[in-house]
Order: sequence, then C-alpha cells, then structure tokens
Amino acid sequence: MGNQGFLQHLANGISLGSLYALIAIGYTMVYGILRLINFAHGDIFMLGAYITYYGIVFTPIPWWIMFILAPVITGFIGLLLEKLAYKPLRESPRITILISAIGASFFLQNFGIVVFGGRPKAFPVPSLFNKIIKLGGVSINLITFIIPGVTILLLLALTYFITKTKTGMAMRALSKDYETASLMGIDINKIISITFFIGSFLAAVGGIMWGIKYPQLMPLMGVMPGLKCFIAAVIGGIGNITGAVIGGFILGLGEIMLIALLPNLTGYRDAFAFVVLIIILLVKPTGLMGERVTEKV
Amino acid sequence: MCKKLGLLFLVLALVAGSLVGCGKSTDTGGDSGDSSDVIKIGVFEPMTGANAAGGEMTVEGIKLANETRGEVLGKKVELVIVDNKSDKVEAANAVSRLIEKDKVVAIIGSYGSSLSMAAGDIVKKAEVPAVGCSPTNPLVTLNNDYYFRVCFIDPFQGTVMAKYAVNELGAKTAAIIQDVTQDYSIGLSKYFIDAFKELTGDEDSIVEISSYNTGDQDFSAQLTNVKGKNPDVIFAPGNYGESALLIRQARDLGIDVPILGGDTWESPEFLTIGGDAVEGAVFSTHFTAESPVTDVSDVFLKQYKEKFNKDANAFAALGYDAYMVILDAIERANSTDPKIIRDKIAETENFVGATGNITLDENGDAVKSAVINKVENGKFVYLTTVEP
Repeated sequence: MGNQGFLQHLANGISLGSLYALIAIGYTMVYGILRLINFAHGDIFMLGAYITYYGIVFTPIPWWIMFILAPVITGFIGLLLEKLAYKPLRESPRITILISAIGASFFLQNFGIVVFGGRPKAFPVPSLFNKIIKLGGVSINLITFIIPGVTILLLLALTYFITKTKTGMAMRALSKDYETASLMGIDINKIISITFFIGSFLAAVGGIMWGIKYPQLMPLMGVMPGLKCFIAAVIGGIGNITGAVIGGFILGLGEIMLIALLPNLTGYRDAFAFVVLIIILLVKPTGLMGERVTEKV
Repeated sequence: MCKKLGLLFLVLALVAGSLVGCGKSTDTGGDSGDSSDVIKIGVFEPMTGANAAGGEMTVEGIKLANETRGEVLGKKVELVIVDNKSDKVEAANAVSRLIEKDKVVAIIGSYGSSLSMAAGDIVKKAEVPAVGCSPTNPLVTLNNDYYFRVCFIDPFQGTVMAKYAVNELGAKTAAIIQDVTQDYSIGLSKYFIDAFKELTGDEDSIVEISSYNTGDQDFSAQLTNVKGKNPDVIFAPGNYGESALLIRQARDLGIDVPILGGDTWESPEFLTIGGDAVEGAVFSTHFTAESPVTDVSDVFLKQYKEKFNKDANAFAALGYDAYMVILDAIERANSTDPKIIRDKIAETENFVGATGNITLDENGDAVKSAVINKVENGKFVYLTTVEP
C-alpha cells in the first residue's frame, strides 16, 4: 500500500467512524441518563431516514427544511415510543424494560416492512452533497467532511446542554438518583421525554447523514448500524458522550484498516466489531472513558 | 463478573436474533383447503431483504402467467406465494411449508442461487419438482433430479462478460469484487476469471480479488485496494443494491474504468440508488423488451404493459416462463402426482417461452442466449445478444 493509498484509507475510516460516532451519541446519552439500553435506537434511525425520504420526494418541502423537520418528527416518535413501551414498565426490574426495548425494535422493523415495503428506496441526495474533492491522489466526497463536522457540532451542543442548562442539570440529577430527584421537585416524566426526544432527534440526523452517504433505504437498515453504534458506545464507556464519539472513530477506522491491511479477512468485518466488544467487556467493561459506579453501602 | 457475562450473553442473543431475523410471510390465497378441483403451485421468492426487487419482479411475471392460463386438466391453478426474506434459512422453511402445509404439486423459485440451493435437498427428499426462474449457479440443479431452471447458467454468463471485456473494451487486466455470501457472485466471478485468463493468455491478468458481504454499505476500503492495482476493468457481480452503492463509491474515489456485472443488476433500484454513477455500467441478462425473441415474447410484453403499465424485465419474463413450463408438464402428465410432473418437466423440449425456446438438458438447465445491456441516460439499453 502506497502513501496515497494509506491516506485514502485514513479518510475512508474517518468518514465511516464519524457516522458511527453520530449515531452512538444518542444511544449513549439515553443510557447515561436513564440506564436503559434503547435497542430500538437503530430502528428510530431508520424511521428518521424514511421520513426524510418521504418528505423530500412526496411533498414540496425543500430538502434543507426537511433535514430539520424530519429529526423533530422522529423526536416526537421517540417520545411516543417511550410513553408506550417504557413508561408503563418504569417500576419494573431493568431487564423487563430491556426486553420491551427489543420488542419495540422488532415492532418498528416489521412496521417498516409493512408500511415502506420490502424493496429498497433511493435516498434523494441533494446535488450540493455530490461534490468530489481531490487532494493530491486522495479523492474525497464532500459529505466526508460534513459528517465529522455535524458530529462535533452536535457533541458540543449536547455537552453544553447537559452541563450548563437547568434541564441538563435535572437530567444529570435523574441519572444519579431518580427518586431523590423527584423529591427535589424535578418533573421526571418531562425530563425523560426530553431525553428521548433528543436521543431520537440525534438518531434521525444520523439517518439523514447515512442516507446521503449510502443512499439505499431498507426497513432493516438500522439493525447493523444500531449494533455497531452500541459497540462504539461500549468501547467509549457507555453513558459517556465524548467516549461514544471516540468509540465510533475507533470502530470505523478499525474496520477500514482491517480490510486495508488484511484483505483476506474482509468477510469478517462485522465479526471484528463484535470481537472488539467482547474484548472490551472482558478487559475493561467500563470502556475507555466510563466511570466505575461504586455501590454505596 | 456475573454482570459482565450477563451483558455478553445479551449481546450474543441479540446478534443471533438479528441474523435469524423476524417478520412476516406474504401469502395470497391458500384458504381453499385441499379441495381436489384446485392444483396448487408454490412460489418462494424474496419479497423483503436484499433481493426484494428481484423477487417482486419475478412474482409479477408468475401472477401474469397465472392470469393468462389459470386452468389445467380442467382444474383451477392456485398460486401459494411465500416470502423467503432473501435469507437461506427462511428459504428452506418456506419450501418445507409449501410442501408440508400447502401440499403443492410443484414449486417455482427462487431469485438468488443461494436461496434456491437452500431448498434443493428439501424438494429432492419430498420428491416435488422445483423450477428456478433466475438462479444461475450450476450447483442449483447439479445432482438434483428435482430442480430445473428456465435460465442459462454462470459458466456461460461469466464467459460472455469476459469476452465483452477483452474483445469490446480491450481490457488486459481485471479486478474482481465479489459478494462472498452469495453463491451466485462467487460462481460468476470464478467463471469470469477462468475465461478472462484464457482470453488474455495471461495468468496474472486478474490483479485483485476483493470481497464483501451482503448487507455491507461501505466498500471504500476494498475499492481503495482495487484502485491501487489500476485494472482496465472491474467485474463486480452482486445484489443490485450493494452493487449500486459500490459503483457510486468507486466513482467517488476517482475510479473511472468500466464496471461490469451480471443479471441481478437489472432492477429499477440499481438505477435510482446508483444515480449518475452507474451510467455506462454493462451487464449480462436473460431477456430484453427491446428485442423480443419469440411470438410468446410479443404476447407477454403486451400483457405485461397492460397490467403493470411499464416495460417488462428479464425476471418477470423468466417467472412467466417457469409457470408456463410447469403447466405444460402437468398437461402432458395428465396427472397431479409431483413425481410424474417431474418426469414431464425433464422432457421439456423446444417449449416456446417469452425468453426464447426452452429445452432442458440432462442437468435440468435451459440452454439459451444471453443479452448484454448498458446503462445510458438512466435507462437499460440493449447492446447485443450472445448465442451460446
């Protein structure tokens, strides 16, 4: 592999990694605050992409409005999902909600098959994003620069929101101790709704970016990215937003470099992600940036 | 530790769950029970998943054939259509269901060689004949007396594309990008490689063989490897969706050599997902609406246009032919015993179908000409016909 080849692989890896990072942020945020692994996150991501598709193709709404509107609509769907699938189980053991999340995920996938149909749809990529930039011998699509930008921007915005605003403070309080938080006058239902709204909003932004980069929409398109981003979140330390971004980049770069350096192992790229997950869980289950939660006596 | 293991187990369970998949099965009809004045023909095709478009197009052709000729031996013919979800396990289940629950006398399917092969042993054991519409891998019918097909096979298709690359494009080197989870893609690549090496007389003319899995969306690493080898042409047979994304990404990476593929590319999704990037892509297929080969083709094209208000494609035509071949065999058998029907299908000779004259050889394969199509201005344009 020449120098140029290596740089091209690096660019490819960063591009894929930033996409994983973008989806992992929402995943990890919901976990960080509610201690709930929302396995339906990948399917919310799928809904976000489809809503954008239908908005652009079947309504006169311009694409850039749809790029904002679709995440908002998806956010409300996420909120509804929480009300229907998770809220009734809030007092139940955590494993019950987890199983409910898996059920919600299967429901959304099959809902997608029935409503959107089994045949793939082509995501309408605005021509603005179809520019190819050549730097030396390295050829990069404009979207490759946009995705990391969007990821970093959302990361900063979210970090600010959680650390500096009152709602963010309430979210953090909730994550520490939910009963005490409610005694302090925090409206738990409202805060949980906001958390799900933001999580689903982020998933939909990920769905749009995914659609621009890989313009093929399918009802099961969220399954693999959902699992990969869960892995990215675990690598970074689940619950830690910056960690999720780092985990996403590690996973994306790792996958590309696996194929670049060991082309014979291409068939195992998904397995690679799961092997990384297993190693992390065995060696450092809190992830790279996760805090160890100490049990109080 | 306990918690760790718990989480690990959960993740494994989820992965397994996602691989097995879940969903619905599409079936039409099937509620008229076992009444003896109905002959049931089973159809297992991918209606969801990575091959959904191919399956749907095939089923359109089968339904059209059923409307055209809905009766044989004075009995009504009923189709039992089951979705195999583009999944090998589901394909095997679908066929078992057709045989055991629906008691079909013959089976049509499936788009996708791997899916057909998954059903091979089941139809053989149950002694119910199956006719494939477009599975082109030789192994589908090999050593299986109960599997037939109305299309050509990959040794021919691979040679056709290798000849095109060498003679028409003047290619001296080629790179292969194959889907290692599809027998179709691996088989076709192998025959292309053999033919290409023979035609160029150069053992080293294949400069790179790269792989991916069905469902992959990102091919940038494989394509970067291929780019480093500077091939004259790329042969990348695979599902229409993955292939369209692959070609898009190839063009993004600045790879501008011709990219060739096989019959699976003939689907509207290949054009919509691929957009401008797939302009100039060349592939072999079974049939083109632009060059009807028999009287039946004309009738079929007209009927199809009336019913679906669009031009017919190869998969619909093959679905139509598979149904007609079975009905013809039932008529000659004058019986609904699957074993007798099987013998009559095997004797099919010079049957005039929409895709040409069908004569089944000793393996149960049709020997037919191939069509080469090219993408031009967002449409499939007919280039030439290659005789076997």
